[in-house]
Amino acid sequence: MELLSGADMIARFLKDEGVERIYGYPGGAALHIYDALFRQDSVQHILVRHEQAATHAADGYARASGKPGVVLVTSGPGATNAVTGIATAYMDSIPMVVLCGQVASHLIGEDAFQETDIVGVTRPIVKHSFSIRHPSQIPEVLKKAFYLAATGRPGPVVVDIPKDMTAPTERYEYVYPKKVKIRSYNPVTRGHSGQIKKAVDMMLKARRPVFYTGGGVVTGGASEALTDLVRRLGFPITTTLMGIGGYPQGDQQSLGWLGMHGSYEANMAMHHADLIIAIGARFDDRVTNNTSKFCPTAKIVHVDIDPSSISKTVRADVPIVGAAGNVINEMISLVQERESANPDSLGEWWKSIDGWRAEREGKLYEPSKPGEALKPQEVVEAVYRATRGEAFVTTDVGQHQMFAAQYYKFAKPNRFITSGGLGTMGFGFPAAMGVKLAYPQEDVVCFTGEGSFQMMMQELSTCKQFDVGVKIVNLNNGSLGMVRQWQDLNYKSRHAHSYMESLPDFAKLIEAYGFTAITVKTHEELAPALERAFADTNELVFLDIYVDPFEHVYPMQVPLGSMRDMLLSKTERT
Amino acid sequence: MRHIISILLENEPGALSRVVGLFSQRNFNIETLNVAPTEDSSMSRLTVTTVGDDRVIEQITKHLNKLIDVVKLVDLTEGNHIERELMLVKVKAVGAARDEVKRTADIFRAQIVDVTPSVYTVQITGDTGKLDAFVQTMAPIGILEVARTGVSGIARGDKLLTL
Repeated sequence: MELLSGADMIARFLKDEGVERIYGYPGGAALHIYDALFRQDSVQHILVRHEQAATHAADGYARASGKPGVVLVTSGPGATNAVTGIATAYMDSIPMVVLCGQVASHLIGEDAFQETDIVGVTRPIVKHSFSIRHPSQIPEVLKKAFYLAATGRPGPVVVDIPKDMTAPTERYEYVYPKKVKIRSYNPVTRGHSGQIKKAVDMMLKARRPVFYTGGGVVTGGASEALTDLVRRLGFPITTTLMGIGGYPQGDQQSLGWLGMHGSYEANMAMHHADLIIAIGARFDDRVTNNTSKFCPTAKIVHVDIDPSSISKTVRADVPIVGAAGNVINEMISLVQERESANPDSLGEWWKSIDGWRAEREGKLYEPSKPGEALKPQEVVEAVYRATRGEAFVTTDVGQHQMFAAQYYKFAKPNRFITSGGLGTMGFGFPAAMGVKLAYPQEDVVCFTGEGSFQMMMQELSTCKQFDVGVKIVNLNNGSLGMVRQWQDLNYKSRHAHSYMESLPDFAKLIEAYGFTAITVKTHEELAPALERAFADTNELVFLDIYVDPFEHVYPMQVPLGSMRDMLLSKTERT
Repeated sequence: MRHIISILLENEPGALSRVVGLFSQRNFNIETLNVAPTEDSSMSRLTVTTVGDDRVIEQITKHLNKLIDVVKLVDLTEGNHIERELMLVKVKAVGAARDEVKRTADIFRAQIVDVTPSVYTVQITGDTGKLDAFVQTMAPIGILEVARTGVSGIARGDKLLTL
């Protein structure tokens, strides 16, 4: 029998759970835990410079690896600084365990120094939360936290740990719980066979079908199965922003992603479809536009592991509750058994789709001419080529995020890492850190803008301490581009606070941390800069690339319209 | 339409706030709320009455089921059920009103459970409609205070809400 203090139990549990790395920041209420971490060497602690960065780094790691990211913060401000990162993970269903120090039990409720009711504060943005009431509960509660975070529809779990629970003087028996059971939590895995059969019948009869898949396919590890099913059926497929990489984007059947800034052909195909097969997607408002005008002729099959996602915004005709992978595999075996009534029946449909593709071919944006400012789109395309399309790409939020998603074509899942649901500026750089620490051999690129980068740029210091060689591509347009775009479109170009006065000299800033910065202002400078930047995978390089400040992201759905109502450029609309 | 949802809830700290928080977070309505222990000390039974169309009620039950602390729930209004609410009403009872209150209480099969020279406290049990009617009837006489428990309910027959 092994007797450990609460703090040592936490360190030991993390090791037994197979956690290699955690992200955090110490403080009074967490000091016993930090001392326990100091006395072991199985779990590496990455000291960030702001707790929000710890959550984003853990989140980036989780999105790339599929395993829960782990965060350790202290009570009060440590915990509240983590809130934005917890909400980010919640909105995108990312597995994460956040361990928060708390003031000692006898002080709770007395407005003690650095006391915050973090369980209360985070209640609407966690999958679940725990408060430790006795040190002996620690192994079981932590196991439950990891189990809940990673199973079913994943999400963040907060564990509140009062300081006296980790006191070094009190020791209790430690046994690593291999399994836990929670009587009220039994996530569905297999879908209802009858419903799946019904869905497959509809799929085989459809004339204008389209797959619409989301983050559930990526987090559910169902990309291979999805690719198999889609190829067997020969249907077109569009993914959400979160679903990018769930199906290879370069493939002929891929229409790219859909929604507000989705591709013309994807939105047109959705609008004209007679059957939509939605898998692991949630009919979010950035996808559907006006739900009352959404896909008027389509029947909807909706597969999701979370029943509350089904028929939340758009009514499903065939709801299927189940894990994406299992349901897709069952669909594959049904499709194998039966041949489509008429394999050529999709010919007309593909003709329409190819027509839509042809309409926009070569018109997506106007490349810059020599002497003109670079277009952000061509920078993304150049980075795509420089990394052979194989990098892990994280983004912040705004125009650069949409350009990265549009012009970097992902062949694999878990490679495009972006805050889709919450839209958190400041996410990209720390997320890239989390990815790079776990995948040191890979290129990790963070597309960002001056606005977003300045929200988390203190993490340069973390990168310095832990030798994190991410590549930061700052698409510098001197303004909050997406805000400015909306002001151009809806506020007669009154640019209220979307222009950043007094930007820092980024090159000098980066150099102050001892890193390499390359400023790019012309065409000629771009290729050599990228070559230099990607020469050494392990070197942090900041590319400050000046791009056309007047560029807008298109297509852009017209507010309150249907899927097909889009602005295609500053002068064209559907 | 009005629905009565009964929930078996883990007897954990903060469990109630998760349920109540869900309603405000998702813009659902709570008309009445009643919580008390059950014969199993690990669980409480919570009964909430809410109003919404089928789509809203479907979302409410799905989201409630998603809460880890919710063990089981039933929408009682989907089947035959018994609903009861208990109300204590203090009424002004002086002069002729003393008889009037007594008579009305009898008609409603309510009981007078506390008496002072100027006040009667009436206890009445029934469904929401009956209690509302009693309040309406008593209003002209002079209601001083009302305390209602909120609706509690149970399915008729063999149907059980247990583990």
